[in-house]
Amino acid sequence: MSINWIDTVEALAVVALVTIFTRALPFLFFGGKKELPDIVRYLGTVLPAAIMIILVVFCLRNISLIAYPFGLPELLSVAMVILVHRIKKNIFLSIIAGTGLYMVLTRTLFIIGS
Amino acid sequence: MKSFIFAFKQVLPVFFPYLFIGIAFGVLMDEAGYSAGWSFLSGVFIYAGSMQIVLVSLLTAGASLGTIALMTFFVNARHIFYGIAFIDQFRKMGRRYPYMVLTLTDEVYSILCSITYPDEVDIRKTDFYITLILHLVWILSCVAGALFGQLLPYDLAGIEFSATAFFITVCMNQWEVMDSHLPAITGLTSALVFYFILGPSQFILPALTVSVLVLMMMKAKSNNQKKSGVPELEAGLAGQTEEISHEY
Repeated sequence: MSINWIDTVEALAVVALVTIFTRALPFLFFGGKKELPDIVRYLGTVLPAAIMIILVVFCLRNISLIAYPFGLPELLSVAMVILVHRIKKNIFLSIIAGTGLYMVLTRTLFIIGS
Repeated sequence: MKSFIFAFKQVLPVFFPYLFIGIAFGVLMDEAGYSAGWSFLSGVFIYAGSMQIVLVSLLTAGASLGTIALMTFFVNARHIFYGIAFIDQFRKMGRRYPYMVLTLTDEVYSILCSITYPDEVDIRKTDFYITLILHLVWILSCVAGALFGQLLPYDLAGIEFSATAFFITVCMNQWEVMDSHLPAITGLTSALVFYFILGPSQFILPALTVSVLVLMMMKAKSNNQKKSGVPELEAGLAGQTEEISHEY
């Protein structure tokens, strides 16, 4: 298939610019020389905890709880990460245990055609 | 140099997800007929994993620029909420300030949220190195996927779960160091509620927006209760900068 250069450059530029816009927005509002408003400072301290957990749900958003395999590979692997991290408190170990379990489960018990 | 080595250790948890998702993108671009140069440009200037993968289908479908702009906005709108915690930290970084803003990905955000700087490292340098290393890893992965992706002998499917796993450990560490669990509970509740109401592709923006509103109301409420003092929620956060590092 032939690639239209101009179309592709335009598409890439649009994606890049909109992405830049979303990342720059809070800085455009509050990033100047002025002192941060109290409410923004406060949000800066409490928001990360809320955002990170929303991000975890976002990562798991495509599982289906009503159709096979009912999100089991993901949920079991999440449980593994939580368990290992609670016991050992070692980020790498938790990631390896969870990801390892996920890769094993999706290759053995819960094979999803791809 | 100490800052660089420290930064290098911080990026390790997300090294594999970056590699895998970047390669996956490169392979898709290559299969769609776009040479490695395009993957390179996307990696440098877009630098947003899920959006780049969406881009491939938009390109092959010949979507209009308006559609592409709207799609990008909705896929990436969560980034609007990331900068809020780093305004003070980034604007002190001089000429690196714009670069830090434009490279604040999910993974960079999660690292910077959970990092604890030892005394001997320079915070600004460390932040910059973390960002730069990950950006370079990303660009290389995108290009490698386009050039050699088809040759990979091993099936790495599933390794992208390591990003999710890392985010979970960040949540747990935050849970442990924060006195108030209300922010995390607010986030989880609004994510689940909107997930079940709106479904997987539309829940994240309302979940983030409602979390912000609820947290603002909590502050207003705690201000009313004790006019002068620091709100309870904030008090618990002072300790947040001190732990976690021993885990690396």
